[in-house]
Amino acid sequence: MCGIAGLFLKNRALEPELGAMTAIMLNVLTGRGPDSAGFAVYGDSIPDTVKLTLRADRKFDFGACAGALGVTVTIRDDHAVLSVPITRATEIRAALGRDFPEVTAVAVGTRMELFKGVGLPADVASRFGLATMSGSHAIGHTRMATESAVTIAGAHPFSTGPDQCLVHNGSLSNHNDMRRRLIREDMTFQTQNDSEVAAGFLSWRLREGARLDEALRDALDALDGFYTFVVGTETGFGVLRDPVACKPAVMAETEDYVAFGSEYRALADLPGIGNAHLFEPEPGRVYFWERPVESIH
Amino acid sequence: MNSIRKTDAAEAVVFDLAAEKLRQLNAALQALGPGSNTTAWRILNPRGEHAIAVGVTAPVSVRIDGPVGYYCGGMNDGAAITINGNAGPGVAENMMSGSVHVRGDASQAAGATAHGGLLVIDGNAAARCGISMKGVDIVVKGGVGHMSGFMAQSGNLVICGDAGEALGDSLYEAKIFLRGTVASLGADCEEKPMTPADRALLETLLLRADCDVDPAGFRLYGSARKLYHFHVDNAGAY
Repeated sequence: MCGIAGLFLKNRALEPELGAMTAIMLNVLTGRGPDSAGFAVYGDSIPDTVKLTLRADRKFDFGACAGALGVTVTIRDDHAVLSVPITRATEIRAALGRDFPEVTAVAVGTRMELFKGVGLPADVASRFGLATMSGSHAIGHTRMATESAVTIAGAHPFSTGPDQCLVHNGSLSNHNDMRRRLIREDMTFQTQNDSEVAAGFLSWRLREGARLDEALRDALDALDGFYTFVVGTETGFGVLRDPVACKPAVMAETEDYVAFGSEYRALADLPGIGNAHLFEPEPGRVYFWERPVESIH
Repeated sequence: MNSIRKTDAAEAVVFDLAAEKLRQLNAALQALGPGSNTTAWRILNPRGEHAIAVGVTAPVSVRIDGPVGYYCGGMNDGAAITINGNAGPGVAENMMSGSVHVRGDASQAAGATAHGGLLVIDGNAAARCGISMKGVDIVVKGGVGHMSGFMAQSGNLVICGDAGEALGDSLYEAKIFLRGTVASLGADCEEKPMTPADRALLETLLLRADCDVDPAGFRLYGSARKLYHFHVDNAGAY
C-alpha cells in the first residue's frame, strides 16, 4: 500500500492553491496509508537565503533557538523553517548540531520546505497548515508501514540533498548494499529505511552532475525491488516505476498542471480534471517535467 | 453470445454517487432479479471509486459516466456494463458472463481470472491483461502491457495494438490474436498457424467488439505445451 500525491503546476496563477489541492489529494489517499503522512512544498525563494526545515519535540522553543542563532523562523507544529543567509548556512548548521542536539534537520533548500508526522493524513496536513501553502510543486505521501516502524523518521518524503525529495511506494531489496556503497561516496543517512536509500542514490547522481531524468534512468539499473517513485528538485518533478510495476500510478496532465496519484480518486477534485489527459505511466520509463529557472521566483 | 449492448439513457435509472453511497448502488444492482423492469442504469460521479457495479447477476445495462477505480464490474454475471472513462486495476475481474466495455484505458490485470463474457477496451490495457483468464473473450483496441495473458487457461485475447514483454508466459489453452508487434514472448508461448476456424473466431470477436480492423493483419499465439508435464532434463533443477 501507501499513497502518493504529486502536483507540478505549469500555470503560476494556481500557485496559491497548491497546498489546498495537495491536502485534498492526500486526504483521499488515507485508505492507502493511514499511519503517517508527509509532504514537501516548493515555495518562493528569498535571494541569498536558504530554508532549513527542522523538527523537534513540541516543547522545544524554536523561537528562542532562532533568536540565539540570529535568524528568522516560521514555526509549524513540531517543525520550524529557519530562513538563513546563504553566507551563514554552514555556520548555523554546525551551531544547530552543536548547541541543539535535540533538533533534527529535516531538509535544506532554497525553495523546499518539508513536513511529516505520524497520524492520519488530514490531521498531519492540518497541523502544518498545508492548505494555506503556496508554491510551484508539491509531493506528498501517505504511509502504511510494512518494512519499518511507524515513526516520523520512517515517514516520507525523504530528503538527502538540497531541494531534493523523494516519496516511494514499494520496497527495495538491495538497499543495505546500496547504502554501504553510497556511504563510501560520502552520502549520509538518518535511518535504516529503504526509501531513504533511493533518495540518497538520486542525490548522489545529481551531485555527480546528472540531470534528474538521467539520475532516474540510472536508478533503473541500480535499485532492485519494486517501486513507484515521485521526486522533486528545485525546478523539476519526476516519476519512475520499476519494470514490473506492481504499484499503481495514474497521471493527469492539463495546460495548467501535471498531477500524480496512486489512484484516480486522488485526482478527482483537481480543476479541469474532466478534460485532462489521463494516463498510466509506463513501467521502466522516466517521466520528467521541469520549469525554466527564470519562471521561478 | 454477448456483444456490446447500447444503453438507452432516456429510460435509465440514474444513480449519483456524489449523493448516494456506493454500497447502496451495489446492493440495489445485486438485488435485481432476472425479470426486473429496471433494466437500464446510469451511474454519475464515480470519481475513481473501487468495486463499482460488482457482482451483478441480472441482464441489465449499466452505464458509468467517468473514471472508475479498482475491480469495476468484477464478478459480472450477465450485465452489460459500459464505463465512459478509464478503469483502474482488475476491471471485470472474474467476470462470468455479460460484457464490460471500457471506453478509455484500463489499468493492470484487466479481465483477470474471468470465466466468460466479453471485455472490450477501446484504449490501451496496462500490464497483465487477461492474467489467468479462464474463458473470457477480451478485445483490446489499443496495446497491452507486459505479462499479458500470463497463465491464461482458456478464452481469447485479441490485441489490436502492440504487446509488451513476456506475452502469454506459461500459457495454457487461451488463444492470443495480436495485430501489432510484441516486445517478447513469455515462456512456452509461440506463434501458431492461423486456421480458417481461428480466422472465423477472430472475425466474430472483432464484430462483437464493434471493432473495425482487418482480421488479415493478426497473428495467432498459443501454448507450445512444453511446460505441461515434468521433463526429466529438468530434474537437476529441483
